This record gives sequence, C-alpha cells and structure tokens, in this order.
Amino acid sequence: MTQTAVTPPSERAVRKATPGGARAPRRSGRRRIALPYLLLLPALLLELLVHLVPMLMGITMSFKELTQFYIRNWSEAPWSALDNYTVAIDFDAPVGQALLKSFFTTCLFTVLSVGLCWFLGTAAAIFLQENFRGRGFLRTLFLVPYALPVYAAVITWAFMFQRDNGLVNHVLHDQLGIGDSPAFWLIGDNSFWALLVVSVWKGWPFAFLTVMAGLQNIPRDMYEAAALDGAGVWKQIRHITLPSLRSVNQVLVLVLFLWTFNDFNTPFVLFGKAAPEAADLISLHIYQSSFQTWNFGTGSAMSVLLLLFLLVVTGVYLLLTTRGRKTSDV
Amino acid sequence: MSEHASRRAVVHRSPMAAPRSFLWTRRIFLTLLTAFVVLPVYVMVSSSLKPLEDVSGKFEWIPSGLTIRPYFDIWETVPLADYFVNSIVVAGAATVFSVAVAIFAAYAVSRYTFRGKRVFTVTVLSTQMFPGILFLLPLFLIYVNIGNATGIALFGSREGLILTYLTFSLPFSIWMLTGYFDSIPRELDEAAKVDGCGPISALFRVIVPAASPGIIAVAVYAFMTAWGEVLFASVMTNDTTRTLAVGLQGYATQNDVYWNQVMAASLVVSVPVVVGFLLLQRYLVAGLTAGAVK
Amino acid sequence: MRRFRAAVTGAVSLSLAFTATACGGGEGSEASPKTLTYWASNQGSSLEVDKKVLQPELDQFEEETGIKVKLEVIPWSDLLNRILTATTSGQGPDILNIGNTWSASLQSTGALLPWDAKNLEAIGGKDRFVDSALGSTGVPGKEPAAVPLYSMAYALYYNKAMFKEAGITKPPTTWDEVAAAGKKLTKNGKAGIGVEGSNLSNNIHQVFVLAKQHGADFFTADGKADFTSDGAVAAVKQYVDLMATQKIVAPGNAEYAQNQSLSDFAKDKTGMVLWQTPSQTFASQGMGPEEWGVAPAPVPSGKPGTGKQTNSMVAGINMAVFKNTKNLDGALKFVKFMTSDEEQILLNKAYGSVPPVKSAQKDPVFADPSLAVIRDTLATSAAALPQVPEESQFETVVGTAVKELFADAAAGRPVTTESVRAKLEKAQQQMPKK
Repeated sequence: MTQTAVTPPSERAVRKATPGGARAPRRSGRRRIALPYLLLLPALLLELLVHLVPMLMGITMSFKELTQFYIRNWSEAPWSALDNYTVAIDFDAPVGQALLKSFFTTCLFTVLSVGLCWFLGTAAAIFLQENFRGRGFLRTLFLVPYALPVYAAVITWAFMFQRDNGLVNHVLHDQLGIGDSPAFWLIGDNSFWALLVVSVWKGWPFAFLTVMAGLQNIPRDMYEAAALDGAGVWKQIRHITLPSLRSVNQVLVLVLFLWTFNDFNTPFVLFGKAAPEAADLISLHIYQSSFQTWNFGTGSAMSVLLLLFLLVVTGVYLLLTTRGRKTSDV
Repeated sequence: MSEHASRRAVVHRSPMAAPRSFLWTRRIFLTLLTAFVVLPVYVMVSSSLKPLEDVSGKFEWIPSGLTIRPYFDIWETVPLADYFVNSIVVAGAATVFSVAVAIFAAYAVSRYTFRGKRVFTVTVLSTQMFPGILFLLPLFLIYVNIGNATGIALFGSREGLILTYLTFSLPFSIWMLTGYFDSIPRELDEAAKVDGCGPISALFRVIVPAASPGIIAVAVYAFMTAWGEVLFASVMTNDTTRTLAVGLQGYATQNDVYWNQVMAASLVVSVPVVVGFLLLQRYLVAGLTAGAVK
Repeated sequence: MRRFRAAVTGAVSLSLAFTATACGGGEGSEASPKTLTYWASNQGSSLEVDKKVLQPELDQFEEETGIKVKLEVIPWSDLLNRILTATTSGQGPDILNIGNTWSASLQSTGALLPWDAKNLEAIGGKDRFVDSALGSTGVPGKEPAAVPLYSMAYALYYNKAMFKEAGITKPPTTWDEVAAAGKKLTKNGKAGIGVEGSNLSNNIHQVFVLAKQHGADFFTADGKADFTSDGAVAAVKQYVDLMATQKIVAPGNAEYAQNQSLSDFAKDKTGMVLWQTPSQTFASQGMGPEEWGVAPAPVPSGKPGTGKQTNSMVAGINMAVFKNTKNLDGALKFVKFMTSDEEQILLNKAYGSVPPVKSAQKDPVFADPSLAVIRDTLATSAAALPQVPEESQFETVVGTAVKELFADAAAGRPVTTESVRAKLEKAQQQMPKK
C-alpha cells in the first residue's frame, strides 16, 4: 500500500531527469537533481525484485483462501475477503488468542533482548576504547558468537540447556545446589529465559561492532577539552561519548528491534517445530500457522498485521528520535 | 602516517588517568562478559573432542575420553568442504555487491535533499518488517518464472542466493552507512569539492576513507547475514549449491544426532571467519583521522 | 501479479529449450527424456551414506534403460518445505520420496501423479504390495498418491542387562506387564521406559496406537477431526501417565526430541523404548546387537491383531511421481525398478527396514528375529495413520498438546482427564474448519 504509492514518484523523477539531463546545459541543476536518484537506482531495483514485489504478493495472499488445496495454482485460489483477518484477530477463539499471546510474548522478549544487547555492546565498546593489554584479543573474542553459524551456536545452547545432561543445570544444580530438582529450560516457563540468553549471546556482538565503529568518529579534541575542564572519565562517557553515538544508536536500536522481533532461526533451532507457550515468538507462530498447517492465507494475514504494527512502531520511533536530534542540534 | 595518528587518538582518549572505580568496573564487566561469551565455545571445543557416547551423557568440565576422530569424521558424514566453498562464494559476493550498492544509496540519502527521500528510506526499511517466511514462496515463484522466461537459473543456483542475500542486508546497510556518513563533517566533502572534485570522486576520496570503520562494520554485517541464513537456503539450494548454514544440519539425521561432529564442523568452518575478523580489526579502528580533520 | 504470471507463461514456451540447457544444476522436470531428477529422503546414517547406497543402483538403472537419474538426498528438516515450494512453483523433481504419513496431505494439493490402474500396471500391479503399506498411500477410495518403498513398524526394544539385573525374565507383552517391568526397572536414577516427549511425530504415533486400543480414532469416518472422544482422551492420558502417575518414565524425557531416549537406553539408563528400527542408532551409541532384545509392542491384553489389538502405526517411506514430470514413461520405469524384488531386498537391507513388496519380504534376510517382529507387526497388527488431507495439521496440534501435557507431568502438575480433554479441545479448535 505504502509501497505502491511510494515508488512511482522517485521513478518518475528519474525518468524526467535523465533523458535530457545528461547532455543538457553543462553542470546544470537538472543533472544535480538526477544524481541522487541515479545513486539510489540499483538499491531500488533490487528491493523491488526481492522484497517489494514478493511483499505485495504476500499481501495479496492474505486475501485468499490459500490452503493446501490451492497452493499448486494459487492465482486461482478463491478470494476470501477479510476471512483470514477475522480468524487472526478473533481474540475469543483459540487461534486469535494464541496469536495475541504470542504477540505480547514477542514484545516483552524484544524489549529485554534489545535492551541487553545494546547495553552489553555499548559498555564493551566503551571499555575497549582505551588501550590495555589483551584489548585486541578481547575485541576478536567478542565477535566469535557472531561468526559462528546460527545453527551451530543455537544447537550448542540447546545442548547446554538440557535438563539432565546440560552444563547449565550441572553448574546451577549440581555445583551451586540451587533448587531441589534440576530445572527444565527447553520446555515450560523457563524457556523464555533460555531463549533470551541465547538471543542476547548471539545478538550483542553486533551492537558491539556497530558502536565500536561509531566511536571512531568522535573527534579526540572533544575529550581533551572536557578533560581540561576537569571532567572525569564517567562524565566524559555521559556527556561526550553517549551523545555522539546518538545517530548510530538510532539505527542500531531500530535494527536490533526489527531483527529480534522477526527472529525465526533462534527459537526454531532451540525448540524445534513447536515452541513452548512461554517462548512462542511471533515468527515461529506464523510459520506454524502457514507452513505447518499449510494455510498460507492466514499466515499472510498475520504477517500483514505484523507489518502494520512494525510500521507504526518504526514511524513513531523515527518521529521521536529525529525530533530529539533536531532540538539537540540547535 | 594518518593511521598512526588515529591509533594514538584512540589510545590516549583521556589525558587524565582513569579513576579506580572505572578500572574496577571495567575489569569486572569484561571478566563476566568474557565468561558468558566463552562458555558455549568451551562446550563446543570440549564436546568436539569426545566420542559420541560421551557427548550424549552427563556434562563434564574435563572430558574423560579424548579423541580427535570427530575432526576426521566430519568430512565423511557431510560434504563439508563443498558447503564451505558455497558459503564463502555466496556470502563474499553478496557482501561486495551489497556494500557497493549501499554506499551509493547512503551517499544520496546523507548528502542530498531530494523529493521522495523520506519515502525511499521508509519503504526500504519496511521491507525488513515482513517475516521472511512469507517472502519465501512468492520469491521462489518469481525466480522460477524469471528462469522460465529468460533462462537465467536463479533458484537452486548460487546467483539466486547471492541476489537474495545482498538484498537482505541492503536496507540496514544503507541505514547504518547513512548514520556513519552523517557523522562525517560536511566540511570535508565541501573542501574536496572546492578542490575540484565531482560528487562521485568526493565520495570515494573523502567520505569512503573517513567512514571505513563503518563500511567494515556494514560489510561484516552483510557477510554474516548471508553466512548464517537458514530458511531461504534450505529451499533455494540443492545438493551442489547448499550452504553451510543448512548443511550443518546434515549432522542431525533422523536416526542420530552427531553432536560431537556438529561442534567440530562448526569450529572448523568458523576459524577462517574469525581470522578474517582479526585481519579487519585494524581497519575498524582507523577511520576519521586527525590529519584529515585539519 | 496475475498479469505478471500470464506474461511469463507466454514466454515459457519460447524459452523452454534454452532453459533446459541453462538450468544445468537445476531441478530437471523439464529436462530431456534421457534424464530424471530424484529426491531421496535421508534413510541412512548420513546423507553421504545414502548417496553411497543409492548411486550404484542408479548407475545400474542407467545401464539398463539409458536414463540417467540425478540424485539429490534431502535432509528431513528440508524435505517438506522443498516439496511445498516445488508444488507452488511447479518446478520440482520427477520422482521423490515422501514420508508415508504425508500421502493424503500431499495428495490433496494435486501435485503428485495419481496411481491409476494403468500406472500401477506399469510397475507390476497393486498386488505386489503388502496391504498395510498400501493403506498409507492416500485417502481411501481415491487413486493412491504414491507407492510404498520402505516399511517400518514400532516394536518394544529392551535392554538385556537391565532386565537381567531387575530379574525380569521375559519381555512384557501387555501394558500391565510394561508397568510391572517398569516399576522393577525404575530405581537408582534409572527408568523403566523412554519417551520423546517433545517430538511431535513420535507423540502422534504413540497416542494413535493407544487410541486404537481404546477403540477410538482421531478422525470420524467422513474425515472430521474428533480429538475429544473418551477413547482419545483416555489414550493420551494413558501415554502421559507413564510419566505422570506410573512414574516409570524419567521427567527429563519431556524435553527429548533428538533421540536422547535411545542414548539413555544405550547407556543402561532406560530399560525399554518403543521405536522403529533403532539398531543403527544403538550401534553408533556403542551398544552392540547382542545387548538388546526386541518384542512386539504391547497391547491391552492378549495378542497383537487388528482393531483394539493394534500395536503399531504403519511407518515408512513412499515413492511418488511429480505430476509435472516431462518424462512420465521414464519415471514409471524408475519406480518399477526401485520396487523390483532385487532392489527392494538390497535397499531395505541396507536401511534396516522391511520391504513393502510381498515377494521381496520372503528373502531370508528379513527372517532375522529383529526384522521378523517388524514384518509380522506390519502384516497383522499395524494400522495406517488417518489418511485425511489435514494429517499434517493433526500431527502439529495434537503432537503439541501431548508435548505440553508431558511438560506439565514433568513439572509435577497434575494431569487429569479434564486437563487432557481441555488440551485436546484446544487442539481441535485450531484445526481448519470444514
């Protein structure tokens, strides 16, 4: 919807700008107008092919009765108007209830995971800003979770979270003597925390990497000036480092948010096809509602709802953060 | 010389000696964090050195029966070397193209005002909000149809996967690069333009070098996105083009889960990536140089 | 979208010849009649083992017919998704293996070639196959969507050393005897019997058989979901009660989904498991064939048979032809080859399964005690899982319900008839409306 309305203007602008533009009066304004569009063109074409067109097809699917009986020739599947949506948001029925529960679980999970990832990443980057022995080693070590293939990393955690044979219970129960009997981590309510730990372990190095790169752009004389004014290290971090990271953080937090919200691989590898209710993230839930039950129409409808929600959140987020930035610039 | 300058800039961030509270917080924090990071890695290493019967038994800090057999068996159970080559080619190519495309786009967004800019960024970003699981069927369908119409085999081939992955990382790459470019003072490229550079050469002579840590970070991100992706690879590859992310699952068969081999294989294939990170480190801390600011 | 497809379809005919060559490594349903693409499922201990088993046979087929078969062994984790995308796009293999419980679901998509009389004739006729295996090839009364390739059934495997130590002289044949043996075995951190509480398919297989023993089915005769009948509730409760009330299953089993119950068994931590052909896995866990015994899976009383005496589901792999194949003739030839006596004996032997082909079953290899149990179970007391299009949904929702009940039992929460019924009720509401 946004998409259809969105692409034409820029394309039109390109078409308008290019033909005459190249040879028209030297270094004219026209050419300068065309330039940004030309720079964007490759990205735009790729996005159209791999994301926007399939997304439009996905939206179309959500209005169809696309069950196993029709997937073979799905352009001929019957239109079902809003049926898929009414099923998805009928919160009194089990399908809608489960979706709502999964949605809230995902929200809580995302907030915690993004918060922890950002905190660990930023703190580690700041602590590693100054040179000391072992700094280079730690910097590489911290990127290791990111370098391991997702499947390998998560399966290792699943291995560690086993109730009877895993390392986690070996430490908590056998060695530290916490709890009467070993806890379950992969089923039941604890599975939420297990998932959170794995997600943070896998996700924080990205925040670390991004912030570390962001720190490089802070001019050194700002610190010198602050030091001359008598500001200590903590004060410098609060008044120089963190504010300077603002624009990097703005992107980083959004990236982490969208990623975590849509994360599929982690719960899928950790729990298999049926996640415990406490850790039933929305992406896995949608997977179940489409691939496992072969009802792609309902799955698409849920995805569209998710898309709308994320669009709103992102919109509000951008509005708030950019306004904040403008005032701080003044 | 500029690199030296920058190194120094980073090293002595604060002319004042750091207070004790800072040093202790740092020490404790980094120790805990290191333990958190290392723990699973240790489990991988120790499990990869155990015979299968031991791995599926109770966890032991010190393995009782050590063997390096899994490191030989991994090549027999699964064509690991082929998968590795596929992954490197796919992730490498996707990274190069993605970063290149993103640099141009981010330059436009960061340095120009034009109609539809807001719309472009929001649209590109919105593509990240649709669960991948539902792109899967439509995208596959598009690739098949393109294949039928033009003869370019996009499904089942490395090219198709490269195209897919490069687009996966593109939106965030553009965004992150825009953020990094924004933090580079405009005076830098203005100065270059005064010196007679065109917009494109200003990009490559001034902005790209100054933003190199950001570009490296984005490249690492693009690489890892492609390196770890499971879902699309599981459907869009066949046994000649299968990537590691999917191929590693071959150690868990219907009958057996070869825990020790999964971990041995994961470690083996991760070594080159970690070494790569190590080599990129020095570029990560270069960037905006003291010399260039003047 | 539709216009896009139309335009593309128009261009297809022009580019067909070109595509065939350009596809190279692609899926070859449009390839020349001299080649076929075959998606095999992972039957051996690894994908590479499967290739080693199958490739010589494919070479022999090429020698006999001049048709080259391009083999791709697909891991189970990907197989169904690959089939679904192939179905959606029409771009798939010529021949493929499917789990036999998927038959009816895949049949309803219309992607598989129906085995009408003429097609069956081309591979030697329906009568070559064992009845129970044919019962799991699609909705009853419709032309089958696939033909049986490998067959398996559940049996009771017991750990000889543990039985001896507990003073149990003969393997249990009824559930009461299982409980009694289980009680003797359960001590000092050891358990009577193992379950895979988080493995949805395994849960389904077990509660399906128990439901049969209670005279119940999860679907009515006209194919409607019926999960909350007294028999179905009793069956699910009976299975979960092995852990909840009888306490002969270790609580940790509630989270098992990767055959951990088999490694417990091999480590003398669990006395019994109900499984299909686990010998390969025992061996790789360091347990030799002389250390375990096998007996028919238990029944309520008496001997295994049909109806309430059912003691296994019909497990196995079917072979199907993709409807879009451009080489139907070659595909049929290949299926005929794979279901021939010679190949059936060779392949089933290699995979530790039993041939669904009657004449091949007579081979002495399958008279070995461990396989004879399975062969006899298949012949006399195995029932096919419901052959309804919604089978795959059924596995997901009911399998999940059982998983959650095991989680309750493991956490010490009571599992009552009411709580079981409530879970099954919820599962039923998640099934598509008919």
